[in-house]
Amino acid sequence: MSTTAPTITTRVKVPERDAAGPDSSQTGDATKIAVRHLNFYYGKAQALHDVSLDIPERIVMAFIGPSGCGKSTFLRTLNRMNDVIPATRVDGEVLMDGRDVYAPGTDVVELRRKVGMVFQKSNPFPKTIFDNVAYGLRINRLTASKAELEERVEQALRDAALWSEVKDRLKTSALSLSGGQQQRLCIARALAIRPEVVLMDEPASALDPVATHKIEELIVELKKQYTIVIVTHNMQQAARVSDTTAFFLLGKLIEVNSTERMFTNPDEKLTEDYITGRFG
Amino acid sequence: MLTALCTVAAVGILLIILVYIAMQGIGSLNLRFLVESPRPVGEGGGIGNAIVGTLVLLGLSSAIGLPFGIAVGIYLSEFGTGRFGSLVRFLVDTLTGIPSIVTGVFVYTLVVVPSKHFSALAGGIALALIMVPIVARTTEEMIKLVPHSLREGALALGAPQWRVTLGVVVPAAASGIATGAMLAIARISGETAPLLFTAFGSRFFSYYLDQPIASLTVQIYNYAISPYDEWHAQAWAATLVLMAMILSINIAVRFLTRRKF
Repeated sequence: MSTTAPTITTRVKVPERDAAGPDSSQTGDATKIAVRHLNFYYGKAQALHDVSLDIPERIVMAFIGPSGCGKSTFLRTLNRMNDVIPATRVDGEVLMDGRDVYAPGTDVVELRRKVGMVFQKSNPFPKTIFDNVAYGLRINRLTASKAELEERVEQALRDAALWSEVKDRLKTSALSLSGGQQQRLCIARALAIRPEVVLMDEPASALDPVATHKIEELIVELKKQYTIVIVTHNMQQAARVSDTTAFFLLGKLIEVNSTERMFTNPDEKLTEDYITGRFG
Repeated sequence: MLTALCTVAAVGILLIILVYIAMQGIGSLNLRFLVESPRPVGEGGGIGNAIVGTLVLLGLSSAIGLPFGIAVGIYLSEFGTGRFGSLVRFLVDTLTGIPSIVTGVFVYTLVVVPSKHFSALAGGIALALIMVPIVARTTEEMIKLVPHSLREGALALGAPQWRVTLGVVVPAAASGIATGAMLAIARISGETAPLLFTAFGSRFFSYYLDQPIASLTVQIYNYAISPYDEWHAQAWAATLVLMAMILSINIAVRFLTRRKF
């Protein structure tokens, strides 16, 4: 790993990806993911009821709601992570750039490359720091040379605000990092393959306030390049990082609104009750 | 208090056995004993051919049994959730309980009789059959211990299922799987019964897989039931060598699989 590689050269890479994107000229307004009448079942239990939602490009959308309200389940339908849970069933549409990800013949591997995910509990592989970040690049054969691989790993670690802390020990075990660092490593790992959307399932719920603050700063920073969907049950966190907030209750989407509106003057009585702590 | 007593007793018995074997065996142990092949009574001779034979048999059975057992273990843990998986699991457990002499007779009828002579290969197959269920079950248990979040993390990066299994899950369980393999090797290196009908034993150096081959356990057995004091002493020494071999396999594997991460 060339630790002396100037930042400038690697930074140039970022707009390249954007330029290649289909909607590079538009920001904010274009719909990245459109969900239509989505129902989700664990066996016979219905976990999501007729959810329809538009997620615009390059914003941070937060999902809030009490435990068990379906927000994580909904998040996991967006990259089909629920596929790995036996006896689950989906109907409805999840349109990513206009294409239904549940249509027959969809390449799930391709989908997950475009839609990265960060989990509630950090889950670094028992490999070195470098190999963790390089994993997605290697399995998807995204780099042509060792130098390019190293460059992409460095860039991902910089994007995840972890580079300065780990640049001298890339070959040490990822498990030697602190909890907050491990979570940022997982973010770097997700960013390394340059997804278009990043899903975060309560990414800071197991972290202390300092580490949480770092992750939140990072989310705001990442919004410039990625569409971010974050599940949180910390309402202050939703208010701090997100542009748009969606409120789920008992498997139903109750309200979607701009975060500011949501926390000051929500349209729905239920939302107000939840935000003011009257239940949940 | 009682548990402490039991622990001391268990460790004590092991130590007494080890010390007794060492005391009995050390007298006949020298370099010539380790490298020479057996000679008639009164002329000395050694167990060099048996050491080589045991190593050949261990290598052969590991080459057959470890990949087989690990593959079955991976199948059981990753795909064996249905009725077929339960059936396989039950059969594997039953296989673990089969007396090793039965395995020996089985391989005798299956391999030795059709090929019309005892062979190292038959011995290796018999030992491999004993290894497979042990390795399969430990592999399964170790892989099940790998947290589900690791699999999800890899899947979320666009890894297909087989790459998740081979690239993330199995390496994460590697030291546990190696421990299972080590236990299986240690277990079969002490087996005598399945070799009596298969590898048979030999008084000469042999490296041919289709010929009978010597092994420490069979040599110990033959010498121990002989009427000669010299051979009894040699059996003790061979026992000491066998114990040292098993111990060094244990230490070596432990050293190699020390958790790197």
